[in-house]
Amino acid sequence: MYEGVVQDLIDELGRLPGVGPKSAQRIAFHLLQADPADVRRLTEVLTVVREKVRFCERCFNVAEDTECRICLDVKRDQSFLCVVEEPKDVVAIERTREFRGRYHVLGGAISPIDGIGPDDLKITELVRRLGEEPIEEVILATNPNLNGEATATYLSRLLRTMGLRVTRLASGLPVGGDLEYADEVTLGRAFEGRRVVDA
Amino acid sequence: MSLGPIAGWTAPRLGGVFVRHLTLQDFRSYESADLEFASGVTTFVGLNGQGKTNIVEALGYLASLSSHRVAQDAPLVRAGAGQAIVRAAVVRDDREQQLELEINPGRANRARLGRSPLTRPRDLLGNLRTVLFAPEDLALVKGDPSERRRFLDGLLVARQPRWAGARADYDKILKQRNALLKTARTATDRQSALSTLPVWDSHLAKVGANLVYARLRLLRDLQPYLQLAYDEVSAGQSDARTSYKSSMYDELAEQLAAGEVPEVGELEAGFAKTFEQQHRAEVERGQTLVGPHRDDVVLQLGALPAKGYASHGESWSFALGLRIAAFQLLRHDLGTDPVLVLDDVFAELDAGRRRRLALMVADCEQVLITAAVGDDVPDSLTGATFTVTLGKVTPDDQ
Repeated sequence: MYEGVVQDLIDELGRLPGVGPKSAQRIAFHLLQADPADVRRLTEVLTVVREKVRFCERCFNVAEDTECRICLDVKRDQSFLCVVEEPKDVVAIERTREFRGRYHVLGGAISPIDGIGPDDLKITELVRRLGEEPIEEVILATNPNLNGEATATYLSRLLRTMGLRVTRLASGLPVGGDLEYADEVTLGRAFEGRRVVDA
Repeated sequence: MSLGPIAGWTAPRLGGVFVRHLTLQDFRSYESADLEFASGVTTFVGLNGQGKTNIVEALGYLASLSSHRVAQDAPLVRAGAGQAIVRAAVVRDDREQQLELEINPGRANRARLGRSPLTRPRDLLGNLRTVLFAPEDLALVKGDPSERRRFLDGLLVARQPRWAGARADYDKILKQRNALLKTARTATDRQSALSTLPVWDSHLAKVGANLVYARLRLLRDLQPYLQLAYDEVSAGQSDARTSYKSSMYDELAEQLAAGEVPEVGELEAGFAKTFEQQHRAEVERGQTLVGPHRDDVVLQLGALPAKGYASHGESWSFALGLRIAAFQLLRHDLGTDPVLVLDDVFAELDAGRRRRLALMVADCEQVLITAAVGDDVPDSLTGATFTVTLGKVTPDDQ
C-alpha cells in the first residue's frame, strides 16, 4: 500500500478494464514521472470526453453532435443496415472499407447472467428505424460468441416477419492462417458455410 | 464377440505411449519433485498421507484437466505457493513430447505443448490419456448421478477431445438459461422477462442434443467391454449393463433407456417438446430441468439396479469393471494404451479380485500403482518401486 493519493490513483486505474493491480501501479508511477504537460493534456481529455462525446441519436455510435458522421453522410447506402454490439465494432468494420451502408449499435449483447435483456439494448430503436428508413437488408454482425449468437438469433426471429432480408456475417477460417491450426468449432463452421466456387 | 484369450486384452498396437518423466512444482505436498519412469509397472509404496496419490493425481490432471479428488483447483497448490506446475515428458512411438500445465487457482490455467504456449489449456487434451481407478470410484456405483455423468463425459473427452468444447459451451448456455428463468420467477412482467427464452431453448437443445447423442453412442460402444470386464473381475457370469436415464419426455426417455440411439435431430426435437411440458415447473423453480446435466446412467446387474442392491464386493467389481471397460475401449479406439493408474485399490480388493486384476493389467503399456503396503500388490506385477515418505520419493534398488 502506498500513501494517500498515490494509492487512490492506483485503485482508480485498477478499476479500468484490462488493467490489473500491477499494470495500475506501473501506469501510476509513469504518470508521476511523466512531463507535466503530458499529464495535463490527459486530464483535459478525460474531463472533456464525458461532456463532449455523446451517442448518435439514430444509430447510437459515438458522436460529437446529435448524429454521428456516418449517419450524416449522404453518400452512404441507406438500404443496408449493419447491426453491431459496440461502437468499436463500427470502427473495425469501417477499416475494411467494404461496407458502405449504415450501422446500428445495440450497446451490448443479451446476457441473462449480467441482467441484460432485449430491453436493455437499442432494439426498440432498431425496429423503429426499420419502419422509418428505406432499409432492405439487415446484416447481423454481433460477435460470434455465445451471447452474440443468442442476440443474433433473437433479432432474426424478431425481424423475420418484417419483410426484409436478414443476414448474418459468415464465420470461418481466418485469412492467411493454416487449416491445421484452426480449432474444431471454427473449422466445423467453415464447413457448414462453404460455398460453390465460381469458375 | 471374441476379444482374444484374456477378454479383450489383445489389440493391434501402433506403438506405445508412456510417461517417461514427471516434474511437480508446488503441487499439493510437493515443493518440487522429479520422477523418472519406464514403461511397464511402477509402484509407489508409502504410508498414508505421505503423498503417493498426489503424484498420480498430478498426472491425471495433466491428462484430463480435472482431479479425481477435488472439484476446485485451490487444494492442488501447495500451501503458501501461488501456482502449481505439472510437467510430463510423454513418449509416443519413440518420440518424446513435453506437456506442461500451470495451475493458477482463481485465474486461468496455462498450458504448453513442447515449447509453444497453447491458447487454451483444453488444447492439451488428447496428448496424454489416463484411466485412473481409485477408492473414490465406489461412488460411481453408490454415489450421486453427477459421479456417473463425470465418468461418461470424461471418457467422451478422452476418446475425442473436441467434446470438452461442447461440454463447456453447454455449461455456459445452461448458466444463461438458468439466470433467465431465475429473473423471470421474480419479475413483475413474466412474459417480457422470458422474451429471449426461445433463443436459449434452441441453443441449449442444439448443443445438448449432440452431447446426449455422443453419450448414448459411448454407452453402446462401452457395453460389450463392460460385460467382459465385469465377468473377468468377479470371476462369475453376471449381466452387467448400463441404461441411460434421460430427463426427456417419457416416451423418448423410455426409448433411450432401452438403448436406442436416435438421430441428433430427433433429440433436438425432443428437447423442444420437453421444454414445452416442463415450462411451468422450470419457471417456478428457476432452473433448467431438461438436458444432459440432469441425466443419469443406471448401472444394472441383471434386472436389478446396482445401486441399493449390489453387495459391497459387487459394487467394487462394477466400479472396476467400468474403468477397465473404459481402458479397453480407448485401447481399441486409439490403437494405443492409455496410462493405467491404480490408486490405492489393491487393499480394497479380496485376494481373488487382486490376482485377476493383476493378470489383466500385466500387458498394459504403462501402469502406475500406489499402495500403503507393498505386499498388497500381487507379486506378478514386477517393475520399478518408489518409496514415498513425507513428500520425498526415492527409487528402491532392486
